[in-house]
Order: sequence, then C-alpha cells, then structure tokens
Amino acid sequence: MAPLLKLTGVTAFYGAIQALKGVDLEVASGEIVTLIGANGAGKSTLMMTICGSPHARHGQIIYDGRDITALPTHEIMHMGLAQSPEGRRIFGRMTVHENLLMGAQVVGMRNYAATRDLVFGLFPRLKERLTQRGGTLSGGEQQMLAIGRALMSQPRLLLLDEPSLGLAPLVVRQIFGAIRQLNRETGLTVLLVEQNAFQALRLAHRGYVLVNGAVTMAGPGAELLARPEIRAAYLEGGH
Amino acid sequence: MNPNLKDASISALVALGLFGPMIGLKTESGSIGLFLIPRPLALAAAVVAVFFGRLLLLTWRGQRPRGTQTNHKLAETIKRSGRFLTPALLTLAIVLPFISGRYGIDLGILVLTYVMLGWGLNIVVGLAGLLDLGYVAFYAVGAYSFALLAQTFGLGFWTCLPLAGLFAATWGVMLGFPVLRLRGDYLAIVTLAFGEIIRIVLLNAASITGGPNGISGIPRPTLFGLQFTAAGGHGSFTGFFESIGYPIEYSPTQRVAFLYYVILGLALLTNWVTLRLRRVALGRAWEALREDEVACRSLGINVTVTKLTAFAIGATFGGLAGAFFATRNAFISPESFTFIESAIVLAIVVLGGLGSQLGTALAAIVMIGGFEVFRDLADYRMLLFGLALVLIMVLRPRGLVSGRTPSVALGRRREISAELVAEGRG
Repeated sequence: MAPLLKLTGVTAFYGAIQALKGVDLEVASGEIVTLIGANGAGKSTLMMTICGSPHARHGQIIYDGRDITALPTHEIMHMGLAQSPEGRRIFGRMTVHENLLMGAQVVGMRNYAATRDLVFGLFPRLKERLTQRGGTLSGGEQQMLAIGRALMSQPRLLLLDEPSLGLAPLVVRQIFGAIRQLNRETGLTVLLVEQNAFQALRLAHRGYVLVNGAVTMAGPGAELLARPEIRAAYLEGGH
Repeated sequence: MNPNLKDASISALVALGLFGPMIGLKTESGSIGLFLIPRPLALAAAVVAVFFGRLLLLTWRGQRPRGTQTNHKLAETIKRSGRFLTPALLTLAIVLPFISGRYGIDLGILVLTYVMLGWGLNIVVGLAGLLDLGYVAFYAVGAYSFALLAQTFGLGFWTCLPLAGLFAATWGVMLGFPVLRLRGDYLAIVTLAFGEIIRIVLLNAASITGGPNGISGIPRPTLFGLQFTAAGGHGSFTGFFESIGYPIEYSPTQRVAFLYYVILGLALLTNWVTLRLRRVALGRAWEALREDEVACRSLGINVTVTKLTAFAIGATFGGLAGAFFATRNAFISPESFTFIESAIVLAIVVLGGLGSQLGTALAAIVMIGGFEVFRDLADYRMLLFGLALVLIMVLRPRGLVSGRTPSVALGRRREISAELVAEGRG
C-alpha cells in the first residue's frame, strides 16, 4: 500500500540558511511516526514544510497520492491534514468553545457535535472549561486544546509539534495516552515531532532521527530506543 | 532629601521647561506687529501646582499597601451597566431630535459620524488586529465618489450611497494587497502613507476633484423623493404634508433632523453588520487572526482572503460615512481628510477598548462630545481634553470597555476578567 505521506529529498531554506538537507520520510496510514532530534535540527521546519510554509525548494511531498509540494497552506489544510503547532498557539482571548469552532472551520459544521464529543472523550477537562478563555487555561489544558482544535477538522493525518513542551511529566503521560488511544480507536495517522525522545519512541511505531536537517537513523520505535548511540545522544546525557 | 520631594522637584522643573514658553509668554498684537508679554505669576502658579500635585500623588501611592490592584470599579460599573446602558443610549439617540434644539442635533450628527467611523475601523483594528492609520482615506474616497457621481451624472444620494461604499471597498482591497505580509508598526506606516497619498492626489488632481477648492453644491438627501426646501410646493417635504391635508410650517430643523436619522441608521447598520459577522466563521477568523496568524494558517484559514475582507468591509463603512459627510456639508475639500481625522477615529477605537462596540460609542461621545462641551473653556479646552485622555489611559489602559464578549454563549456566562488574560500579540 502506498504511504499516506511520503517525502523525497525535501530541502527547505530560511533565507540563505538551509534548514532541511534532503529529507526522505514515509508515514503509512494508521501509523504513529515520530521525528526526534535536538534543538535546531529542523524538526519544526519539516513540520511546517509539509504544511507549505515555507515551501520545499527541492524534492517532493506526496500526501494521499497527490503532490502537495507547491500548494498554498490553506489548501493543504483542507485535504485532511491537521497540525497542532509548536508552542500550542491557541487563541488566548477566545473561549475554548470558540477555539474548537476555529478548528472546525475547514470542514464547516459537518459532524461537528460528534467530533466535539470525541475530543471531550479524550480530554474531559476541555468540556469543563468550555466557556473559559484560552489564555486562562493551564499549560497542559492549553496543549489539550491545541490538539483538540486540530482534531476538530476531522483529519486523517495529525501533525503534532512538541506536545510535551514545558509540561509536567504527569500531563505529558496523559497527552501521550490520548494520542495512543486516538490511534488505536479511530486509526488516526500521527506524525509526532518530539524532543522528549524516550516517551516519543515508546509511543511510536516507527521513528526518524533528524540531525542538522538530515535523517541519520530510522527504524521501529523499540529498535531505535535500544540503539546505544540514541541512548547516549538523546536519552541519558541528552537533555 | 526625601525621594518624594526630589521627584516632585524634578516634575516641577520639567513643568517649568514645558510651561515656560506655553504659559509664561503671551503674544499680543500691537500696532507694529506681535509682541511678547511675560506672565511670571501664571507660570509660577502652574509650576507650584505640578509640584504639590506630584507630591500628593506620591504620598497617596506610598500609603497604599503594596500589591494593591488597580481600581477596577469603573470597569465593573460599565460592564454591569452595559445591559441597560445600551438600550438607554439607543433610546436617547432615537428621541434626541425631539428633545433637543438645532445645536444638539448638529452635535448628535457629528458624534454619530464618528461612532460610525469608529465602528467601521473597529472591524479592521479591533477585530482583525490590523493597525490602520489611514482610515480617513476611505472616508475621503466615499465623500469624493458621491460628490463626483452627483456632479457628473446628476445621481442622488441614495443611488450613490451604495456606490460610494463599493468604491471605498475597492480601495480597501487595493490597500490590502501590498500590506498582506506586514504586521504591527510596518503596517501602520504603510496605511499612514496610503491616507496621505489619497489626500495629496485629491489635492493635485485639480481637473477632476477641484483641488484645494474642493467640490461644492453637493445635493442633499431626499426622503422618498421629497426634498427639504424652504420654497415648498410639489416634491418637497412641506408640500407633501400640504397635499395630504396637514400643512406644516417649514423649518431648517426638519432637514437637520432627517440627516440625523440617516446617520443614526447608517451607524446602526454598521453595528448590526459587525455583530452579525462576529457570529459567523469569517468574523471568528478575523479575531483568530488578531490572536495568532500562524495558528490561523495551520487551521487552514486563508489568511489573504480573511485580511482583504476585513479591509474591504471596514473601508465600506468608512466610504458610507464619507458619502454622508459630503451630503451633510454640501461641500468637501481635501482639508477635511487630514491625518488628524484618522488619529481621532483610531483614538476613539483604542479608548473605547479594542473590539468593543459599546466602548467605541462611549469613546466617541466622550471625545467628540467632550470636545464640544469644553468649548466654553476657550483656551483651556485642549489642556483639559488632553488631561481627560491621559486619565482614561491611566485608569483604563485597555479602553473603557476592555472585556471581549464571547461570540457564542452557552447558558450562563462564566468568564474571567479580561485583565487576567494576556494581550494578543501583533
């Protein structure tokens, strides 16, 4: 079966600085794939390049059999991709409810209630906080809202950029649990960018290691977790 | 030395420097031109007042326990009174022509024009978060499109009104395109330049716009084809009443009162459209755009379209207000569309509290009405006016009505004061 998302030789630049140096990556339908790497390795850039902002300069990005390399961001986001961006970026002065409505904007009100109930099932806290302004939520709740907001567009592929950023271990476990549950119950495909390599590799079916804008290692999550060089770089002395 | 005393002395010194030329010297025109009269006593009084004023303020502050929250009573009062303040203001606006004289109605027209401009700009600045310093450009486009259409093709006010709105919207989009990538300060500079460009074009394209002489003899609006003229007869307001058997006396107030209701209607239309838009996807996208553009992109919002519609719809209302301005004055010239107009409208929106409809209306009343009320104070008018603005910003740094009303309410309103929520970036 053809993969849901396939990147071949993707490069990306910020001005004159090359952030991605020919990345190959595949995500099959129903998989959780994680992309780990140090600060500045290009993880978030890769995520943004898939979404077309910045566009890839070379290479090709195929999603669901279609070449999306040169499409504008808003069109890509209408094709069943959703992103929970780095740093959460929820709408602080708008209520939780309004944030969720914003997430549903690309699909309109089709299946709105059902999707919302799915999100509330994953994160009951959001239901309690429905009328509260996004900016008044705790960090963990904001992350739940960012994921919930992305899910409101009923995506087939969910891109998660550092959902564990700045959160307490307990909350991280809760959020990773939700991702696993989502993948098992609805078959949602997830591409997860993480610095928290240990948690991410345990969750993911497969993983990629990004160093200086290039993939240096790839393989099943458990296998990568056992590799001594990964342990040394990202798990033991890494943080 | 006591730090408070030191601070007060420095303040007095600053006051001396500032007021030295402003209060200490007075120009008087004599037989051979202007000559200066020194006024040391007045200057001394001002400096002493600043010294003791500062001292009192510092002592009062020092006596308050540390960490005391700024007084939020005013905000709470406005918020709580909002429920009946809105209908009360609306009722007052509707009955004003019956209870007030010519002066009151004229002032009402002026205030309502700014309320409408404020509400129009509020769409761009308050909702979409795009700082526009050249809003007066659309006001000018509306005024000139109506004046030129009326003069060239002999069209009436009601035909030209939608056209003026349309032209302004077109210019809104034209401004929108080049500034799509700009935010914050950069956007402000370009919009500022845009406002000036429009004015200078109007000034220099003399063959079309009449240049600095402006355009005069702009037709007055009619009420279902009835004109307000002293001559009476067929086709006039008084003539109509005569023909149905209730003859009434002509008075110019009838025309002014009619104009008043036209601008009231236009302003309420602006408000209604804004309130409707806030509840649909587009309005929500504007507000989301103000909060975070990157997040908007990641949610599949077409940022280009969203920004352009904000500019276009905001400009439309500016244009409608401009057409009204032209018909009310019957004369327009580029002088009416200077940067200060943009600044006043922006001040109204900011003082009112970005995004708040009630706040904008209140601020327009305070700014424009207050300016008129202070007229009796002659020389001290600007001083008091400035003081009032400073006081509002000190007491209510986020505007008179700073809370954002959620566009969807679920049963009970549970919300946390806007003071505790971080300001949106950009």
